Amino acid sequence: MVRDINVEVASGEVCCLVGRSGCGKTTILHALAGLTTPMSGRVLLRGEDVTGRPGRVSYMLQKDLLLPSRRIIDNVCLPLVLAGARRSEARAKAEPLFERFGLAGCELKWPSELSGGMRQRAAFLRTYLMGADVTLLDEPFSALDAITRTEVRQWFVEVAAELGLSALVITHDVDEAVSMSSRIYVLSGAPAAGEPSHVAGTVSVNRVASENFELTDEYLTAKREVMALLG
Amino acid sequence: MAAPSRARRVLAPALAIAGLLLLWEAAVDLGIVPNFLLPTPVQVVMALVEDAPLIAGHCAVTLAEAAAGLALGVALGFAFAVLMDRFETFYLAFEPLMTVSQTIPTVAIAPLLVLWLGYGALPKIVLVVVSTFFPITVSLVSGFRSVDPDAIDLMRTMNASRWQIFWYAKLPAAAEQFFSGLRISATYAIVGAVIAEWLGGNVGLGVYMTRVRKSFSYDRLFASIIVITALSLGLMKLVELAQRACMPWKRAEGKHHDR
Repeated sequence: MVRDINVEVASGEVCCLVGRSGCGKTTILHALAGLTTPMSGRVLLRGEDVTGRPGRVSYMLQKDLLLPSRRIIDNVCLPLVLAGARRSEARAKAEPLFERFGLAGCELKWPSELSGGMRQRAAFLRTYLMGADVTLLDEPFSALDAITRTEVRQWFVEVAAELGLSALVITHDVDEAVSMSSRIYVLSGAPAAGEPSHVAGTVSVNRVASENFELTDEYLTAKREVMALLG
Repeated sequence: MAAPSRARRVLAPALAIAGLLLLWEAAVDLGIVPNFLLPTPVQVVMALVEDAPLIAGHCAVTLAEAAAGLALGVALGFAFAVLMDRFETFYLAFEPLMTVSQTIPTVAIAPLLVLWLGYGALPKIVLVVVSTFFPITVSLVSGFRSVDPDAIDLMRTMNASRWQIFWYAKLPAAAEQFFSGLRISATYAIVGAVIAEWLGGNVGLGVYMTRVRKSFSYDRLFASIIVITALSLGLMKLVELAQRACMPWKRAEGKHHDR
């Protein structure tokens, strides 16, 4: 499926792994999250071997996967409660974060009462509360409509910086990659045709402070480089 | 298309039932069907009122048997479903047996149960267990399996134990199917108890039915049918109430289904 992938995420950095659909992106994240064990190679977290051991990183899957039978606050608290926290403790820890995650007033709602964008925010808050040093995000906002997506991305960048998040985001969307990260690994190959994916190159994004970063030259330069590497 | 108004939803079936009852009454009163074969609805209601104390006594016994059998059937079905979900070999071993066991008609095994277990409540309860256990097990097993595998992966990344995955993800995912299975089982429970009583016993609605049939009191026979129907509907309503209490999130979904 994939071969010789070497990805590093520095502390406080958001990196992106971009590649076409079906090139093995999710496989890589599953391996990093310990859900599957790679045929060879290791996953290191601060030098410790965590290959095939789930529960060491915060992982946000493609779908929001909110439990329909739990209110938003309890969904968000799930990682804390699963780790043995009492419900009241977990709620006390989560409640102050609702405002910053744009979820104020949604605490006691059911997931089915929230829009797609709000559900994604809740899923992200739940991921954050998993509290691991590294966060993996699998196409976190690609299922949203275009306007919501742009908004949520901008918001994500702000929150990630504020929280000092170390994250690896995978996506097939070049815009998502450029707008969300400071470094982009470009994955190319066609596993279905017997050609394992590999990292074709790395692109650094020069994030300039601008109201509309997506219209700046820096943005377009990075986007062009990524497109060229994707071939 | 707009949903039919509340008045129409109540009126349409009420008128259909009233029409059918009128037709029935007229058919007997006009002599199209002889009265010794078919009592009129009015006669049936009279019989029901007259025999009410007697029927109530039999009714209580049948209801107790059905409730005990249903409770045991649910407990057994739940245990089986959990084992089938947890151990694949167990599932493979018992799935065909369970399907086959359901093709055996209850009327065929009821006399055997009476023969083996006597004329008391036991054969009735066993028959109810046998007929309710299957729908419960099947609905739970398929409910447990309906959970999104990604949700289980997500919980694994949160270090969830097997028990936590069951409690937070699998059990709620199975709730809806479990309650449809329980609704079916509730009606099976009443019918199962009555059938077992037909074939041997001293008390219960089935016994009452056998007696009035033998004395050609068909109005009383119809009266007992009404009682059985009412019991089944009552149990189904009870299941519905339990479902509403156990699945509060469903009500929120109902309010937003237009989105």
